[in-house]
Amino acid sequence: MSYVVDRRLNSKNKSTVNRERFLRRYRGHIKKAVSDAIDKRSITDLDSGEKISIPSKDVSEPTFSHGDGGRRDRVLPGNEEFVSGDKIKRPQGGGSGGGSGSGASDSGEGDDDFVFQITQEEFLNFMFDDLALPNLVKRQLAGDEEFKYHRAGISNEGNPGQVNIVRTLKSANARRIALTGKKRKKLRALEARLEEITPPANELDEAEADTLRDEIEVLRKKIKAVPWLDDFDVKYNLQVKHPVPRSRAVMFCIMDVSGSMDQATKDVAKRFFLLLYLFLQRNYDKTEVVFIRHHTSAKEVDEQEFFYSRETGGTIVSSALKMMDEIIKDRYPASEWNIYGAQASDGDNWNDDSTHCHKLLIDNIMPAVQYFSYIEITPRDHQALWHAYEEVQKAFPDAFAMRHLVTAADIYPIFRELFQKKAA
Amino acid sequence: MSKPISTSSEWTFDLIQRYDKEISVIAEDFKLDTYRNQIEIISSEQMMDAYASVGMPIGYNHWSYGKQFLGVEQGYKRGQMGLAYEIVINSDPCISYLMEENTMMMQALVIAHACYGHNSFFKGNYLFRTWTDASAIIDYLVFAKNYIAKCEEKYGVDAVENLLDSCHAIMNYGVDRYKRPYPLSQHEEEARQKEREEYLQQQVNDLWRTIPIDGIDKKEEQSRRVPEEPQENLLYFFEKHAPLLEPWQREVVRIVRKLAQYFYPQKQTQVMNEGWATFWHHSIMNEMYDRGLITEGFMLEFMQSHSGVIYQPSFNSRYYSGINPYTLGFNMMQDIKRICQNPTDEDKQWFPEIAGSDWLTTLDFAMRNFKDESFILQFLSPKLMRDLKLFCILDDDKNQTIDVAAIHDESGYRIVREALSAQYNLSNREPNIQVYSVAVRGDRSLTLHHTRHNRMPLELKGADEVLRHIHRLWGFDVHLYSVDDGDVKQDFHCPEPIVQVPMAQTS
Repeated sequence: MSYVVDRRLNSKNKSTVNRERFLRRYRGHIKKAVSDAIDKRSITDLDSGEKISIPSKDVSEPTFSHGDGGRRDRVLPGNEEFVSGDKIKRPQGGGSGGGSGSGASDSGEGDDDFVFQITQEEFLNFMFDDLALPNLVKRQLAGDEEFKYHRAGISNEGNPGQVNIVRTLKSANARRIALTGKKRKKLRALEARLEEITPPANELDEAEADTLRDEIEVLRKKIKAVPWLDDFDVKYNLQVKHPVPRSRAVMFCIMDVSGSMDQATKDVAKRFFLLLYLFLQRNYDKTEVVFIRHHTSAKEVDEQEFFYSRETGGTIVSSALKMMDEIIKDRYPASEWNIYGAQASDGDNWNDDSTHCHKLLIDNIMPAVQYFSYIEITPRDHQALWHAYEEVQKAFPDAFAMRHLVTAADIYPIFRELFQKKAA
Repeated sequence: MSKPISTSSEWTFDLIQRYDKEISVIAEDFKLDTYRNQIEIISSEQMMDAYASVGMPIGYNHWSYGKQFLGVEQGYKRGQMGLAYEIVINSDPCISYLMEENTMMMQALVIAHACYGHNSFFKGNYLFRTWTDASAIIDYLVFAKNYIAKCEEKYGVDAVENLLDSCHAIMNYGVDRYKRPYPLSQHEEEARQKEREEYLQQQVNDLWRTIPIDGIDKKEEQSRRVPEEPQENLLYFFEKHAPLLEPWQREVVRIVRKLAQYFYPQKQTQVMNEGWATFWHHSIMNEMYDRGLITEGFMLEFMQSHSGVIYQPSFNSRYYSGINPYTLGFNMMQDIKRICQNPTDEDKQWFPEIAGSDWLTTLDFAMRNFKDESFILQFLSPKLMRDLKLFCILDDDKNQTIDVAAIHDESGYRIVREALSAQYNLSNREPNIQVYSVAVRGDRSLTLHHTRHNRMPLELKGADEVLRHIHRLWGFDVHLYSVDDGDVKQDFHCPEPIVQVPMAQTS
């Protein structure tokens, strides 16, 4: 009789480890595919899985096999036309004209690419692999949320879940020994005497034996009356709470939505911020994002409005920087927060405003932030704003970065450059 | 006539039990001798997992299994391929996986095919009896997985992965064709593994001993060839003699070698094994129908599935991808039965021994005592060659054209049959490569020889890459010469020589 087992609820994904091993091995290929994919994707589906294709020759496992040439017989089915002695013209290009017949060796995978799908999770992993917020300083913050418990020896108080059984019983045992030692000693002596006079030789002995029995009885009762476990025997593992130092970060996303920004430029900017947003969401638990859009005036908006609103106007870049400065002072004291800024613009600005920007950055913003990156999206020559920012960069070479980009294809490489993980 | 067991295509555990019961009764009537069966119902994801680990229930981790998995998953999700309906493992009890998506008919078909067909083949065929130990394989796999996981912890994933890559590259050259391994359980294996580590290391030192051994003439010692005979089992040779391998690395080489050994019979009996299982599911299902256990609808569904399995496209069809082992095997089994039951004059002339004999006995004999190569040579009949319209072509690079050497006619039967048999000869399929010599007293270089078969050269790129893997295992220079009739036709070296060195003597 066969034994039938339902294994359907057993672990699936036994291959997970092997799958990870594969992805790890072909990391380079996959990263490239991911990077290519990002360029091609629309804004809304940046965070889905991706089909990856690796040239077959790169994933094949080598074996010894026969090359073309020599002499081989092959038996084939389905002959309709040939008689023995027929000569067949050799097919072009194949030397011995392989066919896929008997030579179907292990390497017979053909030249097609090896194609497979990675999940959204894996896609994002590869997308943001090796990236980090620069200069993230772990600031000791006795925050009110995160604690870790450490063991700190034994205590007499605690909750029942923390009872240390071994210590408790040891202590109970010690107490019992201490409290009953004398009585036990006496008991042993009495018992020995009783033994001596049993069976009683005369009446005197009999009387003594009776007394002894009574005394023994009393002693036993007394010993028994010592509790097996007393309240103060119970020992607890002591746990102490330690606040966990935690890094808190806020990212300011500043986007220019002025009239000079045409749809294509805005798209590029949005893609950049989307990438940044995904990156933060994914890699940092405790990161807040502040979205600011500006034309002549700046406005703090939510994610939805930031990415999808169509409002537009002239350009005063400093309005946004001013707002950032105010928000920092207001809500994100630099002593407690790692502050980041990312700004995207086409570089077009109101006449004198670029000097304001310069001053705001140098005096207020840069001292407060860990890192500020500026991207300028324009096919044209740089104007006043770029030059003003160049000055800022000279003053803060580690904390300020600026890049120029033209098309969507530049975004991902530049994004990677800006947020490349640096050796500490 | 009894009532059909079921009429709907839904399966239940109860139904599976009942079908299995009836099938086992029929199998017993047909005298099929099997290991006990363990039928496991799994989901399609689990089938993909099983698929990816070469069908084994437990395996060590390696990226190549991940690749296999991703490939299968991709194909399956896109609907380019169906999953196998079943996987069956040569173990005792014999484990068969059934997919939950299957219909009741498919489950019955798979039970007949795997649990009674393959199972009896595993238990009966001489290659499996000689080379595999059904009772110990699962244990051994557990040992291997644990051992390799421990190595990864200790020496790092990369070190183990690289080593496995190298071993896999010569896995086909890890089989001992002459010595029978003896089975060990997991515990014995673990106990011995320690002993072995020390012992092996000693042996290696012995080969590389520089102090002359007492009692051996110095001259004789100098001229002693290492190895004395060419060695075809490369993995074994490295396990025993590679000078630089650490003990744990030798053990890993051994694990891969053991697996290669385990799969060796499967490679050589594909036609027979699938033919046998297909023949039996066909016979059993028909018998069930005759006994009124299954309905006509059920039978129709079965016939459709069965004919899909044994479909053989012609050589000039775009679907042609070699000879379908199911077709060839199934037809040969059917044909043997026919020759026993209704021999023609031709059959009597070609198969005087079996024509008119008891078909069950003859078929059982054939199953037990052959491998694909000898089975075809022994039993492929002229009638079947005609039915399949087999013909043989000769493709010689010395000729301008490809010649039709023989077809399915009086003068061609023997040629076709021999050629087809040779096609299943492993040594024709895989280049013959052996360890030829080791420079024990010199630079410790290793020389391999490829002995050409029908003047066929080695494929260059593969040979180069495999040689690099061999170099990793050996640790010193490796040379490979492809030799035809005493002449060196190709040579490969790892590392690549900086200056072109003159070709080595091959005599």
